[in-house]
Amino acid sequence: MSDRPALQLTHIGLQIGGARILNDVDVEVATGEMVGVIGPNGAGKTTLFNIISGVMTPTTGRVLLTGEDVTGRKVHQRARVGLGRTFQTSSVFPGLTAGKNVRMAAQSKLGAATSPWKFPRRGDDADVVAGRCLEEVGLAHHVDTEAGVLSHGDKRKLEIAMLIATDPQVVLLDEPMAGVGSGDVKGLMEVIRRLHQGGRTVLMVEHHMEVLMDLVDRVAVMHHGELLAIDTPDAVMADPAVQKAYLGETV
Amino acid sequence: MSAVILLLITGVGLGALYFLVASGLSLIYGLMGVLNFAHGSFLTLSGFLGWEVGRRVGDGSWAGLLIGMAVGVLVGAGSAALTELVFIRRLYNRHIEQVLVTVGLGLATVALFEGIWGSDPIQIKSPGWLSRTTEIAGVHIPNDRWLLIGAAVAVLLLIVLFLQKTSYGLIIRAGVENRTMVTALGIDVRRAFTIVFAIGGAAAGLGGVLASVYYGQVSAHQGTSLLIYAFIVTVIGGLGSLSGAAIAAVIVAVIQQFANYYFGAGDLAVVLLLAVVILVRPTGLMGKVKH
Repeated sequence: MSDRPALQLTHIGLQIGGARILNDVDVEVATGEMVGVIGPNGAGKTTLFNIISGVMTPTTGRVLLTGEDVTGRKVHQRARVGLGRTFQTSSVFPGLTAGKNVRMAAQSKLGAATSPWKFPRRGDDADVVAGRCLEEVGLAHHVDTEAGVLSHGDKRKLEIAMLIATDPQVVLLDEPMAGVGSGDVKGLMEVIRRLHQGGRTVLMVEHHMEVLMDLVDRVAVMHHGELLAIDTPDAVMADPAVQKAYLGETV
Repeated sequence: MSAVILLLITGVGLGALYFLVASGLSLIYGLMGVLNFAHGSFLTLSGFLGWEVGRRVGDGSWAGLLIGMAVGVLVGAGSAALTELVFIRRLYNRHIEQVLVTVGLGLATVALFEGIWGSDPIQIKSPGWLSRTTEIAGVHIPNDRWLLIGAAVAVLLLIVLFLQKTSYGLIIRAGVENRTMVTALGIDVRRAFTIVFAIGGAAAGLGGVLASVYYGQVSAHQGTSLLIYAFIVTVIGGLGSLSGAAIAAVIVAVIQQFANYYFGAGDLAVVLLLAVVILVRPTGLMGKVKH
């Protein structure tokens, strides 16, 4: 399995009514690679993520996760194959404590979620996993804090702790830095780096260029629903087509 | 003074009945955003079947009533789960279609019940104790109110215990807050949907059997008329809030009783209360703004 790409998109197209949202997008991401996805607003980045994670079904093309065709699978089934994602707006459960948030994720992985009558206890498997994941993102001291009152940066870290708890092979991060205060950026970058370590494959939409160029192996550039280029950060920055379409003539 | 005590306790008893219906409505809306207009049919069907089984076990006996209640719970849970699996599951996020299907189901099942049991109410027998009264501070309280209040409190406690203490309860609470994220974590939230429907149906089913005790009859229209008040309770309590439904059920029923006694205008008072709450606090007493 390891020689197969972690993620393979072939001829992905999406047409809604007369509007062509995505057109013939081909991407191959190797296991353990971190790829950034950039492009102007409306270029189709989040739509692409929605198609990979199963929120939307493409009109054409296939989605392969570690060689397995998941095009027709539902969101939770893809998650079980090893796909994890975060959303553009923070998606923690605000009324639950940080500990319960991660516990949810851990339960899903451990399968305890399928037993409706199981009474969760302090110190059971899911609780241990939840504690470890919170520690990994530096939120252990917030285990009993309601997620809704955490700072925005901490919410983002909590989402990543939830991701880690489901132990995904392929991770989609949709603008993890959006709305995060400048003081939190460094810490969050470190958390993302650690998420990537241990062989996880990461795809990340991000507008924060410095962050992105610093973290990723390759950058994919989307423009008007098409994949304009996919290459190393330096090569992409030097690509005249990319400069013209997205970065502007001055860069 | 004695009239006030009587009205208060009978009001709470009626509120208990409203809560049994409203709890399911509120849970179902909270998790799935479905306004279930067929909820009254779960109640009516449970009332009829609970009575049919109960009277064969022992007409007017405690054994008959208790077995009837158990049948009501099972029938309510089963019919609600079936409704979710067959109809609602195909219509997530299609709210107009959900309303059309559940309204249609509500109307069709009432016609079906009329076809089977007739359109006139059927008088039923209850254990003797329930039709007597207990004297408290000089006031004679009908005993069936205690049964209603006890059942509603038990249902409230069981649902809260389930939601707060079990793994599945955690999934349902999380699903109420953010359904998309629950599925993104790899959890098949549809199973939670079926379970919530079954729990709501079970509460309504119990309510169906107890409503027949309260009114002394079963009828094809019992569910429909209670459903109207249950919806009002759900809106006043805040759509999706269980504790809101419990509080609102008591408030609505007590106000209704008082207004009936003093002005003969119980229903009008309830509708006015609804209007005031919608104007002053559109999210209801305990409701949150849905994202």
